[in-house]
Amino acid sequence: MTTLIRYIKSFTLFELMKGLKLTITYFFKPKVTLNYPNQKGPISPRFRGEHALRRYPNGEERCIACKLCEAVCPAQAITIEAEPKPDGSRRTTRYDIDMTKCIYCGLCEEACPVDAIVEGPNFEYATETREELLYDKEKLLRNGDIWEKQISENLKRDSKYR
Amino acid sequence: MTSLSFELTIGILKIFSFVVPVLVSVALLVYLERKVLGAVQLRKGPNVVGPFGILQSFADVLKLLTKENLLPSSSNKFLFIFAPMLTLILSLIAWAVIPISSTYVIANINIGILYLFAVSSFGVYGVIIAGWASNSKYPFLGALRSAAQMISYEVSIGFVIITVLICVGSLNLIDIVESQKNMWFAIPLLPMFVIFIISALAETNRLPFDLPEDEATLVAGFFTEYSSISFGLFFLAEYANMILMSSLTVILFLGGWYPPIDIFPLNVIPGIFWFVIKVFLILFVFLWVRATFPRYRYDQLMRLGWKIFLPFTLIWVVITSAFLFYFGLLPN
Repeated sequence: MTTLIRYIKSFTLFELMKGLKLTITYFFKPKVTLNYPNQKGPISPRFRGEHALRRYPNGEERCIACKLCEAVCPAQAITIEAEPKPDGSRRTTRYDIDMTKCIYCGLCEEACPVDAIVEGPNFEYATETREELLYDKEKLLRNGDIWEKQISENLKRDSKYR
Repeated sequence: MTSLSFELTIGILKIFSFVVPVLVSVALLVYLERKVLGAVQLRKGPNVVGPFGILQSFADVLKLLTKENLLPSSSNKFLFIFAPMLTLILSLIAWAVIPISSTYVIANINIGILYLFAVSSFGVYGVIIAGWASNSKYPFLGALRSAAQMISYEVSIGFVIITVLICVGSLNLIDIVESQKNMWFAIPLLPMFVIFIISALAETNRLPFDLPEDEATLVAGFFTEYSSISFGLFFLAEYANMILMSSLTVILFLGGWYPPIDIFPLNVIPGIFWFVIKVFLILFVFLWVRATFPRYRYDQLMRLGWKIFLPFTLIWVVITSAFLFYFGLLPN
């Protein structure tokens, strides 16, 4: 009897029809594609993207050159040199991040006592040459100026979980 | 003299009226295939070039044309270039006998189906020559597989066609369609119809029977060494063959240019519309099958062809002819 049923099933292409039915239901399902450059997926407030150095609202750099980020960086991608300023405050003279070394672990952001170095929401910074990925202080501060609005909002949204 | 040149012009125009739409529909078929595969896999498919991405295949053709045509140093140069041309020519000349309405056909010859069968059997030469001329192991294996596969499935296709011919009593494709005015052959000959579609998949090297170009084992099969436009010609020929086999299915089993039911609003629509719609539906089935089934193993493919289809179609030829003879329905 089971043999007969098996023969009937294989000659009526039963299993094949089942497969075809499955694919046709998927054919009419809504699609999940995002048209990437025009349409982007949501990003978590904790997203660890391109680095930025932030400023206080009055325009002064937040970074106090404590070098905690340099010390904690597992890939040793950060290089900092510092000098006291004429007004007596400590500020960096050099703050380089080698983006080709960085592993985007976010430890620099965690270590920073003044929320100066952060990993922003930007992930679209591919370059054509390797040299462009060796970020200096100027580039990082410019990133901070460009992304400040979103960075501060993300920090606020994430603060209750920290 | 003038009448001769006039006839020649008409003939050339007629040929163009077939070849150009076929080549354009090849481009659209490639686009459609990518869209259908995308939809089944919950993707959108190409949607950037032109409205809804409909110009994607034309962009691809431009890309292929601008690429370098590489000739493998140890290949047989003449045959290497000749093989894709032969394949494409064979897939296009078959259109000479395909009737798209009761009057519109390039050559209304009384052995149309035989001609089609001969031309589609020739198609295997293009593949074999390509595989041999490449002088490389994967194309050669692909060509051998292709030859064996096409020959195996042509046997069952032959018997399916014989069943239809027994019912019609003519080798002319227009006669075949016109004898289906009241009932399409797909209904009384349903098993043959299914076998014909499956064999057509094998004949055109489509999934689940695309072993000659099985990328998992043979890189790209018989056209591994081809690049640029010589690859494009194989590609074009493969899809033109798909359209040809679908039209053949429509002519043999789905009543060609006849509407599904012969009632008022349907039978005023021109026959070419019904023909195109039916061909499109069969092509959709081809793509649908591709999106659903995994590839056959080679021994399974051979088993299906020789141990199941061949005896089954043979028995069905006997049953059909016995039925027609017993009830006196044999066509004159």
